[in-house]
This record gives sequence, structure tokens and C-alpha cells, in this order.
Amino acid sequence: MTKVAVQFTLNDEEQNEFVDSGSTLLAVLRGKLGLYSTKAGCHQGSCGACTVIIDGEPRLSCLTLAQRCTGRMITTIEGLTRDGALHPLQQAFMEGFAAQCGFCTPGMILAAKSLLDRNQSPSRDDVIDAISGNICRCTGYEPIIAAVLAAAEQMRAEMKKSA
Amino acid sequence: MEYRKDYFTDARREDLTEVGVTRRRSDVLGHVTGKTQYYADRNFAGLLHLKMVRSPHHHARIKSIDTSKALKVPGVLRVLTAKDVPQNIYTILCLIQVEPNDEPVLAFDKVRYRGEQVAAVLADSEVAARAGAGRVKVVYEELPAVFDVEEALKPGAPLVNEYHGRNYFTYEGHHCRRVRFGNVDEGLAAADHVIEEMYQSSPIEHAPTETTGCIVVPDQNDRYTCYSNTQALYFTLAVGGGFGGKVDVITEPIAFLSAMLTKRPVKYEYTREEEMQVSSPRAAERIYIKDGLSRDGRILARKVRLYVDAGAYSRHSPYGTTKAAAHMPGPYTIPHVSVDCHCVYTNRTPSSAMRGFGVTIGDFALEVQMDKLARLIGMDPMEFRILNAYRDGDMKAHHKQVEGAALIECVKAASDLAHWPLAERCKAMSSEKREA
Ligand code: FES
Ligand code: FES
Repeated sequence: MTKVAVQFTLNDEEQNEFVDSGSTLLAVLRGKLGLYSTKAGCHQGSCGACTVIIDGEPRLSCLTLAQRCTGRMITTIEGLTRDGALHPLQQAFMEGFAAQCGFCTPGMILAAKSLLDRNQSPSRDDVIDAISGNICRCTGYEPIIAAVLAAAEQMRAEMKKSA
Repeated sequence: MEYRKDYFTDARREDLTEVGVTRRRSDVLGHVTGKTQYYADRNFAGLLHLKMVRSPHHHARIKSIDTSKALKVPGVLRVLTAKDVPQNIYTILCLIQVEPNDEPVLAFDKVRYRGEQVAAVLADSEVAARAGAGRVKVVYEELPAVFDVEEALKPGAPLVNEYHGRNYFTYEGHHCRRVRFGNVDEGLAAADHVIEEMYQSSPIEHAPTETTGCIVVPDQNDRYTCYSNTQALYFTLAVGGGFGGKVDVITEPIAFLSAMLTKRPVKYEYTREEEMQVSSPRAAERIYIKDGLSRDGRILARKVRLYVDAGAYSRHSPYGTTKAAAHMPGPYTIPHVSVDCHCVYTNRTPSSAMRGFGVTIGDFALEVQMDKLARLIGMDPMEFRILNAYRDGDMKAHHKQVEGAALIECVKAASDLAHWPLAERCKAMSSEKREA
């Protein structure tokens, strides 16, 4: 199989890899880089479990060709917890019982993070819209929506304090 | 409101306050950081991928299987057919006393539902395994298929599963699971009203976010480690959603055999399409309820005919059908009861466990029926339920005395919460004794 060179920034670290031409970002993250936090629920763009953030936007890594990622900034859930401190979203998901089996959780949190990065005061409808591509079969969406709104509030409070 | 506590005198304390309070899950830190390890979150050197060749037919005889073209696909190592399976029976269920073994690991004589496993292609990569699976040539001779539970029980219906010899599971010599109490025909004859209704449900897929799968890894000394998301083993460990759909232990047998024959780690993971098409759903049920009712609101007789569509193989359906029988005629004291619960084989995807299987659909039918009966005689449906509810000491249709009944109290509490105006006489009624 033809190999192609890809080079991107993953959670602030430079990555240079030779990957099979045509392989997905999902396959590269899991198979090549051993980052198993990105989950595969369908491999066909319908469940959202494989969501990562690419240049600020939530993207389905199962439908993203790795070779198209050259030069891009990619964030997976590992990128949220540097220095051991949890992101307010992670904290809110823990406190608010917004995860049950946890399989949808990394994708769900990343979809929410990309929203909060763009919009610090999202409405309930904004949250629903942001996670509408992410299926959760266990928890129910209410605790998830509540957790995202709680995290947004927490982040606003922190910003005020540091201002 | 007085709640009944006597059955829990030792277990219940007044200061318990957990219900309605959010507690942190013990495993949630792993979930939110992406560190929880699901079965597929690991890689092994030399990992082989298994892709299944599945039946495109609902019912067909297998005339021949030609694997030669598949073996020529670069990366394909081996193709397993029934000939490679030394004990070609899916034996998991006999461990919980659901017998006889009626299902092969790989189909050999016939396929009995669309999507049944016919040949397993093992390859270095998923792409190669998929390409190989597309090149296995199976010649079938199509057979008439049956998809309806009542059609399947008619004389002359196509025989689905030869292991049973008939299209139903046999319960201790009987063609169905039965409950008999009183004399239902007399009860119906004495009633002021007799109504019969039919209820039909569809199969329901659990659709867990993580599809079914496993990885089997050969260790030293002929031992193997299986990383699996079956619920049957790991009721509480990392499973990406189960809801009963991962109880069957269905990918493991062939993955084990593949690892044994190749001495390499083997991964067998359902695609989303396979999860929808072949993973066992909640059984469709058809339920006929015939009730005899007195003008003043007492159910005198209830006759139930219930059909569970097991699909082509038993899986957990014979057990689910027994549960359905145990659940009838509902939590009501009825002097004359007759229940026939049939576990029927059809050429559909085998059905199995799902959240309260054998009970949920029956409850739906019973409670819709209760509303209809109440409407028929112009009685409030809550009052109607309270009037007919079990009381302690009543004899159940299963010939067991009622203990610990609480339906009346539950209906009262629910009516309170819903601001449902309960009839005055209900307030005096209690599960503890039958009023005069
Ligand atoms: S795995 Fe990408 S959307 Fe489901
Ligand atoms: S927690 Fe299981 S799918 Fe969301």
C-alpha cells in the first residue's frame, strides 16, 4: 500500500508519520499513535463517538482522511487535561452524572469544548445544537446538556475572577 | 401516605436519602479523560482481523462454499468454514440450562436467517479481510421462509430449526409454557362483558454505541486471553453500552477458534450494520388477551395467548417466554386464568435479552388492556386497577400466595403526584387485606 507523509499538531505536539494512503484520522490516532480515547461507534459518520477538534471545529475522525490533516491543529480528549488538571467540562460531566458507559463521552466533551471555545455563554439550544451529532445511548441527554451549561458557567466565573 | 415497610424491616432505615441524589460513578474519571479501556483499546503485534461471510438469504440450503478466490487476496491468511469447527455447536446457553443446543458456530447444512455466519475470513488488515469476505463464493438453494409466529405453527409451515423438529420450543413435553388457574371457560361464560384484543410489538435493537466484539490472544501453554465486551462476563466493567444485547457471547467462539488455528491474536468486531442486522434484538411478541368482566368492574377470567418470536435459534428466548408466562396475568387477582406462552422459531434474526425481556411487552399489552376494560364499563382506570389489584393472602394464578403486595399503594402515590382524582372508596383500600 502506498504510504504518505502527514504532519500535524496533536495536543500541542508535532507529529510526523507515514501512513497508508487513504487511512482515516481515526485509524491513525488509534492504530498508529495508540491514542485510544477516540472511539469508533460506526465508522460511517453517524454516531459522533470519534469526534476530535480540528482547527477549532468538531470533526468526525472516521470520515477525515489523515493525509488531509497536514498542517492542522488537532485536539483529542488527552489535550484537555494537561498538567493533571481537569477541564471544567470534564469536571462537570463527572459531578453531573453525564457519563454512564463512557463510550460517547470523549466525543461528546470535545463537541462541547469546541462550542465553549467559540461561545462562552451558550443557550440551551446552542448546546443541543452542538451535541446533536453525538449519540449517547445510556445517560440521556439532559444530564449532558446540564453539564455543558454548568461548565460554561464555571468558566465564566473563573474568567471574571482572573480579570 | 403510608408506605409498606414491613417486608424491609431489616433492610430499610428511615435515614436513607440516596434516591434522587446524584452520586459520582466510580469509573467516571476514566470516562471523562478517555482513559477507560474498552476491549478494542489495545493493539497486538500480528493481529488478524476476522470478517464474516453472512447469508444473504432468510432460509436456504448451502450447496457449496468456494474459498479459493478469497485465499488469493493479498493479506488473507485463512478462511474458516463449518468443516474447521470441531464441535460446531454454540454451547453458551446450556450453561444457564437453556437447551438443547440448536445453533452452529458456522452454518453447515442450512442458513436459517439473513446474516447468519457462514465463513470467517482472517487477514492481516481489515481491508484485506473485507475484500476476502467478498470473494468467498457460496452457492445456496433458497427454501421457503416463514416470518410470522402463527404461520410458523401451522401444519405444513417450513421447518426452521431441525434441532427442535417443530417450530416451537418444548417445555417439559408441552408445546408452550402454560399457566392454569380456575376454569377460564366458566369464568368467561359468567361474565357480563367479554373482550378480546391483540397486541403486536416489533423487534427492538439495543444499538449500543460500542458494537459487539472481542479480541482473542494466544498466551503461552495453550492458554488464551479474551478481551471482550460481553455482558455475560463483565457485568460492570468497561462495556460501551449493553442493555442485554451483549449477553449472548456470540463473537467469542469463532474468534477463539481462529486464534487457536492461526496462533495469532484475532479481532472480531461487528460493524454498525452487523450490529443492526444480526445482533439479537428484543423479541417481537404477539399477545392475545381475552377478558371476562363483571358489570361492577371485577375481572372474572383472563385468557392469554402469547407468542414470542425467537427467530431462527433459541438464544435466551425460551427463558424469556417463561418469564412472560410468570408475569401473566399481571398484578391482579383473577379467579379464572389460562395462559399459553409459545416460543416460536421463524426465519428472523434470533432474538434474545434486552432490559426486562419477556416482561416489558406483556406489561404494555396488559396495561393497555386494563385501560380498555375500564373504559368499557365507564370506570376510572386507576380505580379499576386498585379494585382488581393483588392483596396479601390472595392466591395467584401461579398457585402461590401473594406476599408483599404494594400495587394499591403505588397507584395511590402515582395518582397523588399526578393530581389524579381518586374515587373515595379507593382511599380505604389497602394491599394488606381485602375489604369486605
Ligand atoms: S465512528 Fe465516526 S461518527 Fe461514528
Ligand atoms: S454513556 Fe454510553 S453512550 Fe453515552
